[in-house]
Amino acid sequence: MSRPRLLRFAGRHPVGVVFTAPYLVFLALVVAYPLGLAVWISFHDYFFTAPGVPVDRPFVGLDNYRAVLSDPTIRRAFANIGIFLLINVPLTTVVALVLATALNAVIPFRTLFRTAFFLPYVTASVAMVGVWLWLFSSGGLVNALLGPLAPEPSWLVNRSLAMPLIALYVTWKQLGFFVLLYLAALQSVPKELYETAAVDGAGRLRTFRSVTIPGVRPATTLVVILATVTGANLFTEPYLLTGGGGPDGASASPVLIIYQRGIQQGEPDFAAALGVVLMILVLGVSLINRRLIERE
Amino acid sequence: MSVETAAPAAHPRRPWWTGRMARLAVLTVGAIIFVFPFYYMFVGSLQGEPHADLSGAVPNPANFSVTNYGAINDALSLGRTLLNSGVFAGGVVLCTVVFGLLSGYALAVLEWRGRDAVFAIVLLVQIVPFQLLMIPLYVLIVRSYGLADSYLGMILPFAINPVAVFVFRQFFRTVPRELFDAARIDGASELSVLRYVAAPLVKPALLTVVLLTFIGPWNEFLWPFLITKQQDLQPLAVALANYMSNLAGRSANPYGGILAGACVLAAPPVVLFALFQRRFTAAELGSGVKG
Repeated sequence: MSRPRLLRFAGRHPVGVVFTAPYLVFLALVVAYPLGLAVWISFHDYFFTAPGVPVDRPFVGLDNYRAVLSDPTIRRAFANIGIFLLINVPLTTVVALVLATALNAVIPFRTLFRTAFFLPYVTASVAMVGVWLWLFSSGGLVNALLGPLAPEPSWLVNRSLAMPLIALYVTWKQLGFFVLLYLAALQSVPKELYETAAVDGAGRLRTFRSVTIPGVRPATTLVVILATVTGANLFTEPYLLTGGGGPDGASASPVLIIYQRGIQQGEPDFAAALGVVLMILVLGVSLINRRLIERE
Repeated sequence: MSVETAAPAAHPRRPWWTGRMARLAVLTVGAIIFVFPFYYMFVGSLQGEPHADLSGAVPNPANFSVTNYGAINDALSLGRTLLNSGVFAGGVVLCTVVFGLLSGYALAVLEWRGRDAVFAIVLLVQIVPFQLLMIPLYVLIVRSYGLADSYLGMILPFAINPVAVFVFRQFFRTVPRELFDAARIDGASELSVLRYVAAPLVKPALLTVVLLTFIGPWNEFLWPFLITKQQDLQPLAVALANYMSNLAGRSANPYGGILAGACVLAAPPVVLFALFQRRFTAAELGSGVKG
């Protein structure tokens, strides 16, 4: 091939292919191939064997999916994501928006506040769970503060409080991120709208409701999407805070069940099918949300 | 992200609770809720017998002791587990930076066929969730490649990070092309242009990427937990979690040890964040830390 034709075909710097090759190789190795393998496993009777032992892994069609969808513990885990969302989304939206609005002004110690809000977010969940375990243990600080109002059985071993407590923990841990998200969103609300509202004699609350809240709607949609992804991905919290999704599966999450069934109990086929179902649901929620924003 | 714009000043006749004092009050309450568990963790870790009730929130000098740190060190060998965390996080940072620089440079500066397609693929990868990859990665890395209980097995799934590619690509796009062309005319190869011209220019972005990609694996629990069974290869997060769920019950003062371990685990990201907090923006943190 002559040089001009090569140029036209491969571009001025064909070496770009070489530069991105390591990234693409890794992508194939740790994302694309495993993704395909997950789907393949979910359609087969798959079990762990010693390496190199040839075994028959028959195609079983939708059997694994049927097992996943008819399993009551799985239904409970998905219901738990529902509980998580019901608590996490409103709480995150309201508290983050209030804190962001308060932060969106010339305020002393601004950097200090920003840093304080963000600390839980950058800290390892394992470390923070250790403190929460202590705070919410049956003889812990929270129950001591509540005195006679302390729940019985205590938070972490209470069937109806374990999942809400996890939702509360995650909300607390991630709130700083959403405060900054709303803070950025507040900058994009046109100033003229505030001026118009002031001219029309709208009070602070009225302005907040009619100008600020609609103005930050894209950020709110992002809260819903990210909360869904987080809820689906919960693992550290139910594993450590409530001792393996307890009591009695009342705080189990799908990923915890993927671990328990797939790796502890050696049913990777079941776990892979659950993973696929989970991904379809999460993608579905994200797409619906995105569609809703675009319509507005 | 600019957050320096002031909201309209409060009208003087409005009552105090709509103005600056109210903002400060709200922010202070918020800050206390966020910071209190850190304070409580630190105070508790330094008390010989941490009190779980109200008196535990006020440090008692008579009860002051570092025995909890000694206890957790005996149970987990902190030096070793910290080293493991460091190697894991360091390996991830190194791979992310090298692959990110190469790809970011190729996607921003070089012109080649397939560039747009590769960029689209990099974007697309972000939506594949880890929970779906957990089982097949476990099958491949532990069962097929025999990389259980090894640093390589820990690092592999985190070696590429689209966020690093975006950050570097964004940064390289702002650099004037003439700088690169000048080096090329002098006969430098693309690799030397990247190494000696481009990479030094992106030092600020480099710091951001290093900080972001360090915190993620340092805090990561699920993956290293899945593949490390030997304690002398476990990162601190995994060793501490195992201590919480298995061993702590058998010790005389379980919470003291847990809190001391939690302080050690929490310290590096908190210090880095506090020192460099201006380098972090919300968007980058979100995609980086949660990876």
